Amino acid sequence: MPSPLPLLLLVQDAAPAIVPADTAWMLVATGLVLLMTPALAFFYGGLVRAKNSLNTMMMSFAALGAVGITWAVIAYSLAFAEGTAWLGGTAHALLAGVGTEAKGTIPHVLFMAYQGTFAIITAALISGAVVERMRFGPYLAFIVLWTLVVYAPVAHWVWGGGWLMTKGVLDFAGGTVVHINAGISAVVAALVLGSRKDYGRQAIVPHNVPFVLLGAGLLWFGWFGFNGGSALAASELAALAFTNTFLAPMATLVAWMLLDYLRTGHATAVGGATGVVVGLVAITPAAGFVSPAGALALGALAALPSYFGILWRSRTRLDDSLDVFAGHGLGGLTGALLTGVFARKAWNAAGSDGLLAGNPGQLGLQALGASASLVYAGLMTFVLLRLLALLVPLRATARTEGKGMDVTQHGEEAYADGEGSILVMSDGASVAAITPAMTPEPAAR
Amino acid sequence: MKLIVAIIRPDKLSEVLEALYRADVRGLTVSKVLGHGGETDRVETYRGTTVKVELQEKVRLEIGVSDHFVDVTVKAILGSARTGEVGDGKVFVLDVEQVHRIRTGERDEAAVTPPLVGQT
Repeated sequence: MPSPLPLLLLVQDAAPAIVPADTAWMLVATGLVLLMTPALAFFYGGLVRAKNSLNTMMMSFAALGAVGITWAVIAYSLAFAEGTAWLGGTAHALLAGVGTEAKGTIPHVLFMAYQGTFAIITAALISGAVVERMRFGPYLAFIVLWTLVVYAPVAHWVWGGGWLMTKGVLDFAGGTVVHINAGISAVVAALVLGSRKDYGRQAIVPHNVPFVLLGAGLLWFGWFGFNGGSALAASELAALAFTNTFLAPMATLVAWMLLDYLRTGHATAVGGATGVVVGLVAITPAAGFVSPAGALALGALAALPSYFGILWRSRTRLDDSLDVFAGHGLGGLTGALLTGVFARKAWNAAGSDGLLAGNPGQLGLQALGASASLVYAGLMTFVLLRLLALLVPLRATARTEGKGMDVTQHGEEAYADGEGSILVMSDGASVAAITPAMTPEPAAR
Repeated sequence: MKLIVAIIRPDKLSEVLEALYRADVRGLTVSKVLGHGGETDRVETYRGTTVKVELQEKVRLEIGVSDHFVDVTVKAILGSARTGEVGDGKVFVLDVEQVHRIRTGERDEAAVTPPLVGQT
């Protein structure tokens, strides 16, 4: 009996080919990038005060739901369906036509899911600028609208066949789409919301620095999927992007600790965690276009704008509370521009040569991509928040800020011990005291 | 001498400390306490468990002052700790029998008067 195998191979060859190795890597990469949003929750959650820690973490966590659904319903289509140079079409609305057929060398559904994880974390990044004061409902409404109006179009421009892609702007994994976009939106959101009532009046210090380190560590881990996965294949390019994601933050971390040490006499833990994230941000647009040595140089250089940006910002009235702009905006800008300096076709034939390889024009293109995102995202964020503010108050009252966002927005405390709390029974009426102090002493016998 | 004990909201502590500093009231002790001042109970839900939080976090200030500083201190606290809602707290003024400064052995009025700046 002849084997059916040759016939099967023939059938597979006819359709665009799905490569199992690519699919396997992208399945893992998608999980890795999804983990970055809970990681961000820890990074941000540790940086705020205890009374706002749950709310801050929920701002990231809730994006998994709100933005994720928005992505599936329409935003994926607006970013990646065929459309104009400015916006994708509606062909994939409600995931119509998104099946297991090949998109590149992986199943289309997987491509959609992978890109969705980027949309989620980008929206969540903005929350760092409005923590400890923005009401939860309006925040959710904002990130949903922002995903539609800002993220989807810009993703289309750069990755979905839009005008920046056509012009040849290099953005390997989202320096422009994710980080410059989120960074400028964050600073605009902070300006529209206004500063926290205690900002510049009292010391506001991180409540859990180990959380910050945990978050930064998990972000780095997830970022291997973010950058390595942006090759969309288990390829040499993925290995290059992975290695650059491995090296660049190491250089940023060392540079940051040195700057910290020279300025304050200590290498701080919060600084170290910030340095790692800035390095990851900066290598993102460059990961698949530069050499590993270039990644080290890029990582070290990226520490400077963000480090001094944070120092400058915290002396102003601008309450971009967790320095999303200095971290992601400046880190993203530095990365986008340095991509135009360090890029080499020798490492990625599909890329371009940068300034150091004798092509100064690429630097101009990178600046164009960054400026387009800065202007568009900044403007639209302002418009969206102002419109939303006509419908609902965006920020909590001073009293609510005082009590903290955890109990007021979520009815929970991060570190409740139950002391002095009374259990409300299911019938709502009877209560059982669980605190000895609140229970009447038994009568003396 | 008097001992002023004030129970205030935790988020008002910074403002109260600032007001006391402006009123030249130095030396004080601050502790985190649980208490209930008649405010509406807060309801929290953790999955299927709903609880009424009867004891709220408060901050207790203890300040030993000489008699002529009592009004100044009380006024500073009243002015800075108020939100107008139930649960703002209380200020108690208690008589004190003796005060000893451990470092110098000074007692009473001398023990609650801050050392002159630069004298340390």
